[in-house]
Amino acid sequence: MTDIAATAPVHGHADHAHDEHDHKPGFFVRWFMSTNHKDIGTLYLIFAIIAGIVGGVMSGMMRLELAEPGIQYLHGWAQFFDPAAGETQAKHFWNVLITAHGLIMIFFMVMPAMIGGFGNWFVPLMIGAPDMAFPRMNNVSYWLTTVAFVMLVGSMFFPGGSGLGAGTGWTLYAPLSTSGSVGPAVDMAIFSVHLAGAASILGAINFITTIFNMRAPGMTLHKMPLFVWSVLVTAFLLLLSLPVLAAAITMLLTDRNFGTTFYDATGGGDPVLYQHLFWFFGHPEVYIMILPGFGIVSQVISTFSRKPVFGYLGMAYAMVAIGVVGFIVWAHHMFTVGMSVNLKMYFTAATMVIAVPTGIKIFSWIATMWGGSLRFTTPMVWALGFIFMFTVGGVTGVVLANGGVDTNLHDTYYVVAHFHYVLSLGAVFSLFAGFYYWFPKMSGRMYSEVLGQLHFWIFFIGVNILFFPQHFLGQQGMPRRYPDYAEAFTYWHHISSIGYAIMAVGMLFFFVNLVWSLVAGKKAVANPWGEGATTLEWTLSSPPPFHQFNELPRIA
Amino acid sequence: MKSLKTLVIAAALSLGTMGAVQAQTPATAPADAPAATTAATPAPAATDAAATTAALATDAAATPAGDASYVPMKPTPGVGQPVDGGIDFQNQVSPIGERAYWFNHVVLLPVITVISLLVLGLLLWVIFRYRAGANPTPSKTTHNTLIEVIWTGIPVLILAVIAVPSIRLLAAQYEPPKKDALTIKVTGYQWYWGYAYPDQGIGEYVSKMLTEDQAKTAGEPYHLAVDNRMVVPVGQQVKLIITGADVIHSFAVPALWTKMDAVPGRANETTFTVDKPGVYYGQCSELCGVDHGYMPIAVEALPMDRWKAWVRSKGGNPDPQPEAAAAAAPAPAPAGPIPATSTTAPAQTPATAPGATPAASPATTN
Repeated sequence: MTDIAATAPVHGHADHAHDEHDHKPGFFVRWFMSTNHKDIGTLYLIFAIIAGIVGGVMSGMMRLELAEPGIQYLHGWAQFFDPAAGETQAKHFWNVLITAHGLIMIFFMVMPAMIGGFGNWFVPLMIGAPDMAFPRMNNVSYWLTTVAFVMLVGSMFFPGGSGLGAGTGWTLYAPLSTSGSVGPAVDMAIFSVHLAGAASILGAINFITTIFNMRAPGMTLHKMPLFVWSVLVTAFLLLLSLPVLAAAITMLLTDRNFGTTFYDATGGGDPVLYQHLFWFFGHPEVYIMILPGFGIVSQVISTFSRKPVFGYLGMAYAMVAIGVVGFIVWAHHMFTVGMSVNLKMYFTAATMVIAVPTGIKIFSWIATMWGGSLRFTTPMVWALGFIFMFTVGGVTGVVLANGGVDTNLHDTYYVVAHFHYVLSLGAVFSLFAGFYYWFPKMSGRMYSEVLGQLHFWIFFIGVNILFFPQHFLGQQGMPRRYPDYAEAFTYWHHISSIGYAIMAVGMLFFFVNLVWSLVAGKKAVANPWGEGATTLEWTLSSPPPFHQFNELPRIA
Repeated sequence: MKSLKTLVIAAALSLGTMGAVQAQTPATAPADAPAATTAATPAPAATDAAATTAALATDAAATPAGDASYVPMKPTPGVGQPVDGGIDFQNQVSPIGERAYWFNHVVLLPVITVISLLVLGLLLWVIFRYRAGANPTPSKTTHNTLIEVIWTGIPVLILAVIAVPSIRLLAAQYEPPKKDALTIKVTGYQWYWGYAYPDQGIGEYVSKMLTEDQAKTAGEPYHLAVDNRMVVPVGQQVKLIITGADVIHSFAVPALWTKMDAVPGRANETTFTVDKPGVYYGQCSELCGVDHGYMPIAVEALPMDRWKAWVRSKGGNPDPQPEAAAAAAPAPAPAGPIPATSTTAPAQTPATAPGATPAASPATTN
């Protein structure tokens, strides 16, 4: 794939930029009725940053509450929403926090940033397409996502059973989310997930159509950059899994409001049915969040090693394999639900299989660097951090895959540590790698290397102090989703909260860097990364023209 | 090394048990000194918990000296509960727990540690060796079929090595319960647990978390201590039939390597066998609403004779069937599939066993 640009004569781009009249619409039409993939990508990134701040502040509130045993802050916070809040409302607010943190970070931070943001920005650029296949639908996706977010945040102001807001956990398990939570908050949260899901389905259709039909001449599937491959696989996962989620949560709504009993045993239903449907979506969702990250890391590693990706086909088909196997392992999220032992054996074995393609990716990244000429720019250090942290999160996944061991660790902090290692230290690291890597291209300005490095190192230290001790808590038996805990858990909870504070300091550098670079950053050239950056987006100006590739590039 | 540790723990435990036995011997002494009995246990007789203890102790004192009577056991620090700053699993006191712990520590933990260190080592090596300063001209290598086959094949082998003991562990864990297993029906409520012993005729009683003061008074860890424990005999297999009354809960005891969801409309089954007497704590492990964090579980394992005394103190019959029949006859074996009768049976069902205490006194169901 990386031979592309070396042999890709991109016809007179400099000329283009002059000939071409960028008919930029006025402010309102440009940003509120946008059909431009780059503008929509920018909107998604801004949205994801805002949602990330909201979700991140929530996790900060949780870490603050958990820093010491006892309940110190929840009352005050609950009273912000409901001045009459008592102890029950305070505890309910805890459940609202865990629910909102999970939903926001998954549906409104990681997915919009990866797929909506970087996917929209760079899939058309990388395959030499002028825009997405369905520009108007692209805009619909974006605005559905924002409405979904408003709906979710709004739910915190409406009754949800024992207090304001939905306190069901992001998994919305029945019957807690049906008969267990009276009031409109849970309906709003469910409907929010509906909207976000619909947005993602539309986005997935858009990406699949774009990638299959709008590649520049000569850009065969096997020449596509790995980031495009990763978005393609992700789009298929979205397309196949989200309708199942939509069905599952629609049945939640009818159980709640129209007297059906899909998940109610007293009417012939079964609460476990919901879990099967949910995790049939939920496990592919895990890969939806990480696969684009794989793609980003491949681009970054290759660029800053000045070397093509090692084992390109293996890398591409490893992602396909992860996507396929990701659909047949869902019940490892439900090992303690009372499945037959044969099912547990199957899901144990199937789950472990995923480690093989994941291992191929890890080793191929290392092999890409092997013999390379490495420069440790900010995106590169994030990518290096990603590889190691994702490995740590991956191997604890192998532990949890064993149904017999999961018996003890299920729903403990070990699981919390595991999925934050693959998401908060995996997906988020790849997001930052991508953000710094493409920031010059998107904004036309260079970021501050010093602030970027400080951001990485402080964040890296912080999240490790934050999440590594949670393995210990989990092994000791600390269950998830508890606002308070037995005194023996105090030590590691305290350390973990200190880690959050360090991480938050790192984030300050990110925001300072962001503002400083946009205001006063050096102007970026078309390709600031040198000969390692071989994909098509680096052949365009920084930022690219409002409409690019009016004459399609030809890939030899 | 581990066996040595086990020995030490076992020794500590047996000492603790002896202590407990000694503490309660006065209880079987003449009944005119109930105050002394209470004093032997830690209670300063002010709170509910102390009152309960005192009631039990007094009652025990009134019992004819046939059986040792039931006094709630004191937990051993560091056993059956988390320890300050602890990083490992809780000490396992069941055969399955020991086996699973072994599997994790002898197979999984070394494997994942080595893999993580291998990746870290390779990363550090390429960072050092192939930095631009040391290697200005990158190679053009993009393929090496042999190495790709190797890093696909070796992980497959490693996983196969992990899978075999893992699958066997699962098989052992969910072996059908033995015929003589003690059946306990567990029901999760918002937000407490209900336990019933259908074969012993102990109707459902409720187990709720002690308040902070009560827990301190009882010398137990707050958030884990409960008023009425699940009490089981040491060495006998226990079969739990678990269901949920309202939403899904999860019955979990880390030291027994046991966790099973309590799902409304389903009767889930799981088993454990406790090797050593002691108190083992757990907590609800499925989000179940506001007080999810406040419905702990406490399992107290007693030697058989003292367990029987507890059953009597609950108004139950520890030997529900003629022993010969229970042991030999296969057909009407004690535990049917789901003892549906038990749920609502009130706790004051009088016991029929000889020597049992009068029914009214000890059934301290809340």
